Amino acid sequence: MSAVLNAAKILLRRRNARIGGVLIAAMLIAALLGNIYTPYDPIINDLLARLKPPSAAHWLGTDEWGRDVFSRLLNGASVSVLISFATALIAVVVGALIGALTGYFGGWLARIAMLLVDALLAFPSLIMALGVIAVFGASSEGVICALSLTYIPAVARVVRANVLSLREKEFVEASRVMGNSELYTMLHHALPNAIASIIVIATALFGWTLLAESALSFLGLGVPPPASSWGGMLADSRNYVGRAPWLAVAPGLAISLSLLGVNLFGDALRDEFDPHMKNLA
Amino acid sequence: MLKYATKRILLAIPTLLLVALAVFAMLHLIPGDPAQLMLGDIGTPQALAHLHAQLGLDQPLSKQFLLWLTRVLHGDFGTSIVQQRPVLDMLLGSFAVTASLVVPAVLLAALLAIPAGMLAAWKQNTWVDTGVMTLAIVFLSIPSFWLGLLFLMFFGLKLDLFPVVGYVSPLEDFREGITYLVMPVVSLALIETGVIVRMARASTIEVLRLEYITHARAKGLSEPAIAFRHALKNTMAPTWTLIGLSLGSLLGGAVVTETVFTLPGIGRLLVDSIFARDYPVVQGCLLLVTATYVGVNLLIDLSYPLFDPRVRLA
Repeated sequence: MSAVLNAAKILLRRRNARIGGVLIAAMLIAALLGNIYTPYDPIINDLLARLKPPSAAHWLGTDEWGRDVFSRLLNGASVSVLISFATALIAVVVGALIGALTGYFGGWLARIAMLLVDALLAFPSLIMALGVIAVFGASSEGVICALSLTYIPAVARVVRANVLSLREKEFVEASRVMGNSELYTMLHHALPNAIASIIVIATALFGWTLLAESALSFLGLGVPPPASSWGGMLADSRNYVGRAPWLAVAPGLAISLSLLGVNLFGDALRDEFDPHMKNLA
Repeated sequence: MLKYATKRILLAIPTLLLVALAVFAMLHLIPGDPAQLMLGDIGTPQALAHLHAQLGLDQPLSKQFLLWLTRVLHGDFGTSIVQQRPVLDMLLGSFAVTASLVVPAVLLAALLAIPAGMLAAWKQNTWVDTGVMTLAIVFLSIPSFWLGLLFLMFFGLKLDLFPVVGYVSPLEDFREGITYLVMPVVSLALIETGVIVRMARASTIEVLRLEYITHARAKGLSEPAIAFRHALKNTMAPTWTLIGLSLGSLLGGAVVTETVFTLPGIGRLLVDSIFARDYPVVQGCLLLVTATYVGVNLLIDLSYPLFDPRVRLA
């Protein structure tokens, strides 16, 4: 635990990390709040209050169904954060396992696995996600499935490259000489040393997913209505850009500030703990 | 060079085959009978059997794949279920629209980003650097569809400078066509600029540390001469890769920008076909976009020696 605190202290010396941290914290608080309390119901219509501009009652105005934009924004935060978190978690765990196993053990099975990984990497990421959603249909689960499948290859590649070089290090050799099994050596000595680059890519992944999820929802292939999502709110706002411009401003700002937070924090993490990744900007 | 080129081209073939296999498998992963899906509820048993035979669905899977692959290689992507037109025609038409959006956008982004990135690297840790990098990360964090929407609201509706909805091909009416493309191209370019600036800066910083730059300075060359005659070429290689990657992935990934500005591009065709469950078109789009992506990356790889003759092409 103290190691984590120490790392956090070092990290927060960077201005990027501080600004990013504040923005991420705001996003998480919004997500948490969206889950437990919103000023108005984010889903039930109130047709008497349609397209009202921002006021004391409705801080960010109301949408075409009379729903409170601020409440939907909070609720959308919890949807987006949950989806991004689940996706990043699945992609990192599965990708790291594939990368570590193939990098550490090698062999023909690894070669076939990497061939598949390369084939998956040949798809542009959004196209891959759209293809998977064409199969599974548009739903929160579909988005998580599609995006984790999309990003697993990238994680596998990074972790594999790391483990490949770690495998040759003396301390890994030492563990083998001490009679530890190969699997034990990989899990306890090789993988933990790849953790810095895994954390760096996990942070980047969270950002990519946040953006991809809002893009998919914007296209109508993400979180299905009436559930609120930032991308979906932006898509709906398109029909009222002339009459109700506030509808387009709030969700877009929410996505941008969240992404800015993740990007700034991710940059700081990378510069501090994984400087050789710098060129992958 | 020839040997390297042949090797790289041959290496792309298994990738493309696996991509084709994945796209083919997709149609068979969808629950239910593809022929039934295509016919909908109105299909009679005879029509169903006929379509089965026509699509080769009564054959074993391996044979079906080969049959499908042969057709695709002959340019036969099948017929759209919804529009009853050859899929290839639809693909080519919409691909041209996307290209007219993406190619100028990436060019504009490169023209803005490379000098900006080099400048930031040259003035590292000054306010110029901080300013450029702050702008870069801000643009990197704005979703292209939101920037597009803001453009639409401000330049389209408020200032009434550009048409808000629709598309005219610049090939038919150049001046009219351009007005429809300005906002989409600029909004897409600004987002890409954010990505490329960071790479251009990082690779310039790497190069500036090298001894030949110190040597050039010691010789008394002016800073612009060093920048353009000595540093530029070496900073270009990684940046060039990134530009290629952007170009390739945007050919499909510009779908959100196409949606905002109602451009009938290939991304839009893909999304509309997913909604309409028009699977032959979905397959065609996935295949064409991915093959282009692989192709663009291949070209980028092959062009490395132009920037850096030290890349030994063995």
